[in-house]
Amino acid sequence: MPLPELPDGAVEIGASAEDWRAAVRLAGDGLVRSGAATAAYADEMIRMIEEHGPYVVIAPGLALAHARPGPEVLGDGLGVVTLAEPVNFGHPHNDPVSVVLALAIKTADAHLAAVAELANVFNDSNAIQALAAASSVAEVQAIMGGTA
Amino acid sequence: MKIVAICGAGIGSSGILKVNAERVLKKLDIEADVTAVHLDSLEMARDAQVILTSAEFVEKIGKTFADVIVIENFFDTNELTTKLQASLG
Repeated sequence: MPLPELPDGAVEIGASAEDWRAAVRLAGDGLVRSGAATAAYADEMIRMIEEHGPYVVIAPGLALAHARPGPEVLGDGLGVVTLAEPVNFGHPHNDPVSVVLALAIKTADAHLAAVAELANVFNDSNAIQALAAASSVAEVQAIMGGTA
Repeated sequence: MKIVAICGAGIGSSGILKVNAERVLKKLDIEADVTAVHLDSLEMARDAQVILTSAEFVEKIGKTFADVIVIENFFDTNELTTKLQASLG
């Protein structure tokens, strides 16, 4: 499975979020617009962070919000939000966060190929900054598609 | 060699740790089986030599015979390489 498609609706750039919850919700909204998840999936992603802490901030400036596969997931999908003003998740090393990804996966077994693609994108240490600085949805899609 | 990557959901972050750990281990020419699991299936980590995770889960993982390695930047294969080498070397 390649990286889930990133339709225009799943991307929001230069968004305003007053805190990490709002930022995760914005990324969840992208999944709703692309038909990958219901609005309740954002609640699940927030609940995971409330329960386990800010571990989703897996690299400097980047949060990979996700929850477990469940009824809120309608299909595999990815949402991307870049923030005009970064927010803190309370992570000891990787705050503040200016790029929030939301990952929805229908079945856990199938997700590793998609995640491997994410690793391909972000093992390039410039990718997070490039995303944060992107000025158009197409630019974000190009970076995520590895064509930038 | 058994290595387990642990996160809260067992998808996403632990998956990225698994993928990148496999890449690093291949470069180091170390044969290992890397599994991504979530906290509720910790029993899968019982016979692991190494646990890869983020700082938030160290306490929840609790007592273990495995070497618990905390990764800060999941996409930094240099960090993974250094920490895995220190643990396995």
